[in-house]
Amino acid sequence: MTRTIAIAVLAAATALPAWAQGRDPNLARNLASNCANCHGTNGQAIAPMPMLAGQSKDFIVKNMRDFREGKRPATIMHQLAKGYSDEDIDLIAGYFAAQKAR
Amino acid sequence: MSLFNRRDFLKLSAAGASLGSLTLAGCASTPQAPKTIGRVVVIGGGFGGATAAKYLRMWSGGTIEVVLIDRNTQFVSCPISNLVLGGSRRMEDITHGYQGLREHGVQVLHDDVAAIDSDKKVVKFRTKFPDMSYDRLIVSPGVDFMFDQVQGLDAEAQKSVLHAWKAGPETLALRRQLEAMRDGGVYLLSIPRAPYRCPPGPYERMSQIAHYFKQAKPRSKVIVLDANEDVTSKGPLFKAAWKDLYSGIIEYRPNAEVKSVDAKGKTFKTDFDTVKGDVLNIVPPMRAGDIARSAGLINANNRWCGVDWTSMESTAKKNIHVLGDATLSAPGMPKSGHMANQHGKVAAAAIIELMNGRAPNPTPMMANTCYSFVSDKEVIHVASVHRYDAAQKTMAVVAGSAGVSASRSELEGQYAAAWAQNIWRDMLG
Repeated sequence: MTRTIAIAVLAAATALPAWAQGRDPNLARNLASNCANCHGTNGQAIAPMPMLAGQSKDFIVKNMRDFREGKRPATIMHQLAKGYSDEDIDLIAGYFAAQKAR
Repeated sequence: MSLFNRRDFLKLSAAGASLGSLTLAGCASTPQAPKTIGRVVVIGGGFGGATAAKYLRMWSGGTIEVVLIDRNTQFVSCPISNLVLGGSRRMEDITHGYQGLREHGVQVLHDDVAAIDSDKKVVKFRTKFPDMSYDRLIVSPGVDFMFDQVQGLDAEAQKSVLHAWKAGPETLALRRQLEAMRDGGVYLLSIPRAPYRCPPGPYERMSQIAHYFKQAKPRSKVIVLDANEDVTSKGPLFKAAWKDLYSGIIEYRPNAEVKSVDAKGKTFKTDFDTVKGDVLNIVPPMRAGDIARSAGLINANNRWCGVDWTSMESTAKKNIHVLGDATLSAPGMPKSGHMANQHGKVAAAAIIELMNGRAPNPTPMMANTCYSFVSDKEVIHVASVHRYDAAQKTMAVVAGSAGVSASRSELEGQYAAAWAQNIWRDMLG
């Protein structure tokens, strides 16, 4: 079961859309794994950490930018979000949007 | 020399219940096992090694055979272990098995590693298993202590003057010492010069023990002798908590390096003072774990292992990757379980690329979060994001990403508890 998911994930990660073509196909996967310590492997979080898997890409991008710009109050995400560029956030959000919530 | 090959494993799997899940997992998930491109052996099943093992299996789609070796059959988490000392968590809460890794197809073996032959690419076990060859080796050994740096801290003294800086039997033993101590007694803690495992850990520990005393033994004292010139992590937040919550209980003394221990007389000595206590606890100076030293991986200050941060490969030995507290930390990078987990992922990604004849990601990123409980409920954090700097050839903190809590809070207490659940599953589940 776990391996089936892993393979599905791998397939999703290697079949990235055009915006990620022509570069390291695993970059989104690698960047997103920065989040997994708190938000679960592939964004499949144990509550009360917010689930990232299966969220829409736009939702994640907007939240990360709002955190970064101080528009959304946070305990920690206003700091961590500053570590990532717009391009990084796009890749991370696209990766989580392609994962299944569980 | 007999080498442990794949067929031996399958035999062992059929014979042994502990390895049975390997074949089961293989059968259950895929009709045909994926073609194997090589074997990675991982020494050390902590935050670094376990994470690397899981992600190697997951990200390689099962094409890399992964063997994880740890002397312990269960993982005991250092993060949250201070709460066992404080009385708000039990050992069961911080103890986890390796079954989840087995379900990922990781072959988990419990033994000591006697030696690494890096020329022949072979690992030699202490007792149970024949020699095992590897294509790439991950060494994630944590730390071992330099007891000889503290006079009087011999094997006999270590029986009563505990470190409890590796979670496990000593955590419970120190808790028992605290429980047995009379009200009005003194708990003495010695903190070594940085760098050491978990920079905020000693300050969290003194907070937890002060919390316990406040509830159960209110006339008791916590006296801390810190070799550093000030609190090394989250200083203002810790000091505010001590003043607000534990006034009259905690006495913190900076610039107080403990040079000798008298276990019978129950004293710590600095250059200026002799301090007596009822329960003595010393975090000794430390270095990369023993196996890193015997394998010739220590090449920085006689204590730490230099690595190429794009792959975590040792700068001393080819085909060996070093993770976690044992590494010579990059600037602004703490020796934390969280960071070791991130090392594990960078290593896993890089090893998969290398074993497929491709170059690793040239600009890896890592993030860190360290939560500290200042009471049973209130928590403070320090966080940062790190990106590889090709010019400096090291990981550098991304400007603006490093920060600490605005103030201690119960909300962060909930996040800290959830952090633990999530990282334990990320590494072991």
